[in-house]
Amino acid sequence: MKLTRELRASMAFAQRQYNLIKRYWSWEVVFLFYSIINTLTIGLIGVQAGENSGELILYLVVGALLWGFLSVVFHEVGESVSWERWEGTIEYTFMAPIHRLTHLGGMCLYAIGYGAIRTIIVLIAVALFFDLSLTGANLLTGLAVLVVSSLSFIGMGLMAAVLPLLSPEKGSQATHIIQGFILLISGVYYEIEALPAWMQPLSRFSPATYTLRAARAALLDGASISQLAPELLRLALIGILLIPLGLFIFSLGERYAMRTGKLKRNG
Amino acid sequence: MDSAIVCHQVRKYFWEEQEADPGACWLKRLRPGKRLTKAVDDVSLEVKRGEIFGLLGSNGSGKSTLIRLMATLLLPDSGYVSVLGQDVVKNRLAVRRMINRVSVDAAFFKKLSAYENLMYAARLYDVNPRQAKIDAEAILKRLGFPRNKIYASMENLSRGMQQKVAVARALLTSPMVLLLDEPTTGLDPKSKRDVQDFVLEVQAEHDTTIILTTHDMAEAERLCQRIAIIDGGRVEDIDTAEGLKNKVGGPSTTMEEVFFALTGRDWSKEAEDHEAD
Repeated sequence: MKLTRELRASMAFAQRQYNLIKRYWSWEVVFLFYSIINTLTIGLIGVQAGENSGELILYLVVGALLWGFLSVVFHEVGESVSWERWEGTIEYTFMAPIHRLTHLGGMCLYAIGYGAIRTIIVLIAVALFFDLSLTGANLLTGLAVLVVSSLSFIGMGLMAAVLPLLSPEKGSQATHIIQGFILLISGVYYEIEALPAWMQPLSRFSPATYTLRAARAALLDGASISQLAPELLRLALIGILLIPLGLFIFSLGERYAMRTGKLKRNG
Repeated sequence: MDSAIVCHQVRKYFWEEQEADPGACWLKRLRPGKRLTKAVDDVSLEVKRGEIFGLLGSNGSGKSTLIRLMATLLLPDSGYVSVLGQDVVKNRLAVRRMINRVSVDAAFFKKLSAYENLMYAARLYDVNPRQAKIDAEAILKRLGFPRNKIYASMENLSRGMQQKVAVARALLTSPMVLLLDEPTTGLDPKSKRDVQDFVLEVQAEHDTTIILTTHDMAEAERLCQRIAIIDGGRVEDIDTAEGLKNKVGGPSTTMEEVFFALTGRDWSKEAEDHEAD
């Protein structure tokens, strides 16, 4: 694999998505508006807590922001096949002379950049609305958590992206089931202990559990990178395992689609 | 090596869902049965380098499946397909570097402009963007594409213009083998002529091997050095247009008559069905 050639091709995907955002800008305004309102309404639940409302608001807002970011990364990667199928370009992308890693790597790069920008805009809006003080927060650690946790969500996104390859009609909807399940078990808006006892062990299998724990430690308690090193290492390891596993599963799905004739446009 | 494409005893079958019988019990209506479709059935053919080779057949005859097999988008159930000596299953990436395709549906990102779509494709094929822009403009000009439309979004272009952009996209990457899957279907006579002339020009100037699937008898006769009549996934015969005519009746025989004699199908009815599709 000639690295520079593959990198250039990878950037073509990021550039293409950027161009599409420009053309679908009104959709972006709507998505952003909804994300801000959603985060605000979740944060407002914390206002009812009385004396500790500031801490609870931050707890909830961190959950909403992180979930927003991870959802965007998961969605953009997971929906990349559905989107191409809908546009009718899927065959052209899959017959391009590039490695699948290049194709999906470009989509992941875009997803992280796009998710980060959206999260920062929502954060600014929320901070202004609640007059949040982030003086005790360790933003650098928070950023490190965001970057490291992206790896595992990319891996999961790659696994989810295979579903529309397997089933053009139902695959896209199935990715939402995965997303919903992660939301339920990962303690996005509550502690894991709030889950029924039988469900609590499931949270160990979700990278979002560790992401949220680490992000809250950084932003609520001001934990440093060295203090969170074990959590960050765990997240990095999960990502390192999930990305190749996701690629492997995707390649199996691609082969299945090529065998059964499902690698074609739909709609 | 004289062969650009070799297909040897290629089979590609699909299981397709059957329409549910309204009178059947609810369980059967929920899970209708499947039937086996022989899309490509024991096809062997050889396309010479620099040749324009036609695949002539009606809807569902297996033309597009064969093109998809050559384009590395499908895996054959048995047999093998090679492009310029490279196996399409074992050496997919090498094959993909040598081919490009124009399909019946001009598949583009509809909100993006022709220029953005072309530059995106060029980058995937590692074509220098500056050179790609020069080449794209030259190809589009040759095809009679209005220069001022290059920055208009694809959804605002006519079908004919979209198809010209599709041709430009394929040629930008200088493919050694060009797969044209009904490239002129649905085009107005002028656009159809523009694309046909350009196909002949590309073959003459660049020695590109071209596989052309078409419903259009006159197009096949005008463009193709050899034609394969394909029906029900099987190749009924391969020869020059003249050769096919001579086999059936003589030089005055029409290609429609050739098609009927080889497949037992009435071409005028097939054309009507195609219009209805």
